[in-house]
Amino acid sequence: MPVKDFNGKQVQVDDEGYLVNQADWDEELAKAIAKEEGIEELTEAHWKVIHFMRKEYQEKGTAPSIRRLKNTGGIPVKELYNLFPGGPAKKAAKIAGLPKPQGCV
Amino acid sequence: MKKLLILGAGTGGTIMANKLRPVLDPLEWDITIVDQEEVHYYQPGFLFIPFGIYNRNDVIKPKRDFLPAGVNVEMSGIEVIEPEKSRVKLDNGKTLEYDYLIISTGSKIHPEETPGMLEGGWRQNIFDFYTIDGAVSLANFLKYWEGGRMVLNIVEMPIKCPVAPLEFVFLADWWFTEQGMRDKVEIFFVTPLPGAFTKPLAAKFLGNFLEKKNIRLVPDFSIERVDPDKQKIISYDEQEIEYDLLVPIPTNMGDEVIARSGMGDELNFIPTDKHTLQSKNYENIFVIGDATDLPSSKAGSVAHFESEVLFENILRAIDKRPLLPKFDGHANCFIESGFGKGILIDFNYDVEPLPGKFPLPGIGPFSLLEETKMNHWGKMMFRWMYWNLLLKGAELPIEAQMNMAGKRRVA
Repeated sequence: MPVKDFNGKQVQVDDEGYLVNQADWDEELAKAIAKEEGIEELTEAHWKVIHFMRKEYQEKGTAPSIRRLKNTGGIPVKELYNLFPGGPAKKAAKIAGLPKPQGCV
Repeated sequence: MKKLLILGAGTGGTIMANKLRPVLDPLEWDITIVDQEEVHYYQPGFLFIPFGIYNRNDVIKPKRDFLPAGVNVEMSGIEVIEPEKSRVKLDNGKTLEYDYLIISTGSKIHPEETPGMLEGGWRQNIFDFYTIDGAVSLANFLKYWEGGRMVLNIVEMPIKCPVAPLEFVFLADWWFTEQGMRDKVEIFFVTPLPGAFTKPLAAKFLGNFLEKKNIRLVPDFSIERVDPDKQKIISYDEQEIEYDLLVPIPTNMGDEVIARSGMGDELNFIPTDKHTLQSKNYENIFVIGDATDLPSSKAGSVAHFESEVLFENILRAIDKRPLLPKFDGHANCFIESGFGKGILIDFNYDVEPLPGKFPLPGIGPFSLLEETKMNHWGKMMFRWMYWNLLLKGAELPIEAQMNMAGKRRVA
């Protein structure tokens, strides 16, 4: 398992860079991962998505899909793409310290 | 009398009726199956219709021909499932109570989920091939098409038979070549996935095929809307792709009755234990096939492998024994690659498609993750197996669980 250094903090990640131990996550770490993903600053809108994703993950055991973020989280898909360019579900899950979302089979 | 109720007489429901009727004592168990359509479609055959290989008659048979004697058949829509009361209300006014319920209501395409898809261009120069009508009208369109840019677009995952879109573009490449017009057609494969397929090895292998066949792969494209006037599709992050012919795989969703009954997720798929196939919320409900939310492929082969585990678990539930967590996500797909050849993949939740021989290790006759003529014949032969063995619940020479024997790990 690769170990990555975020601002001096050593954490285990999987081959694609998702956190292995959820317990390693804190907001400082999220900021560092976000930087790696090309997001310089996490705004309030970003945090809303991240906190919703973490809450969903704790309740359901899987990271929410884009559709669920829209329907239940009330976050328009367009906004998600603006906040997390490229692939919002995957990118936001990574920053939120969650495993890669399923739904891709 | 105790009651077993099956909702949906497609692949999963029909197999379960055929497996359970002979073993549940008719003096003790009443079995009823509900469906609203008299016709059973061989859905894997839809793929061949646009290219004139099959026609409508090649893929339909009466549902009742495949349901065993001693099973009550209700031809009706379903109004609502009331899991708290263990009963189901039908559109024909009847209310059916059950001791055990098997839900096999499948999944359907929803083009209305994508703005613009149904406006103007639908069935003019926008066709799906996941419905019989879509496939037939696409065949009529292609017969007279003079060429241009054909864009296949997967709207979002999960979809039924995730390899079918690839097969479609492979066959299109072959068909346009046969028609002597391949040089007049550009083929685009536009997907929200990062590559040609979901699992890394197969994605790379199949990606190479796209390149070899001069099909342009556009990954990471999540469609927001169709502009039918300007003939282009637009993604959430503002990428645009123009088309002359658009073949979308629209959003796939479980049946509306699941939503009406408050039993599904955002896409109306039912939360189901991925190893036992029991509903996560109701002990006396089991789910099979496309209706589940399992992280496996939505395909007939999966429903078939599930049926063996479900059969055992229903009988165990009736006998008050603990359920066996034996479903491993096994899927087995013949991928038609054009020019009389095919590719075969075999995988499960944990093991991605690997190269090797199948079903007999080292012998075959089929080759995994490799393009052969024998694989193509396997695919064509499968229709006979489907109608004559699979639907009837007969034993096939393939185990429900995936087998590593015959597969090669690739570094």
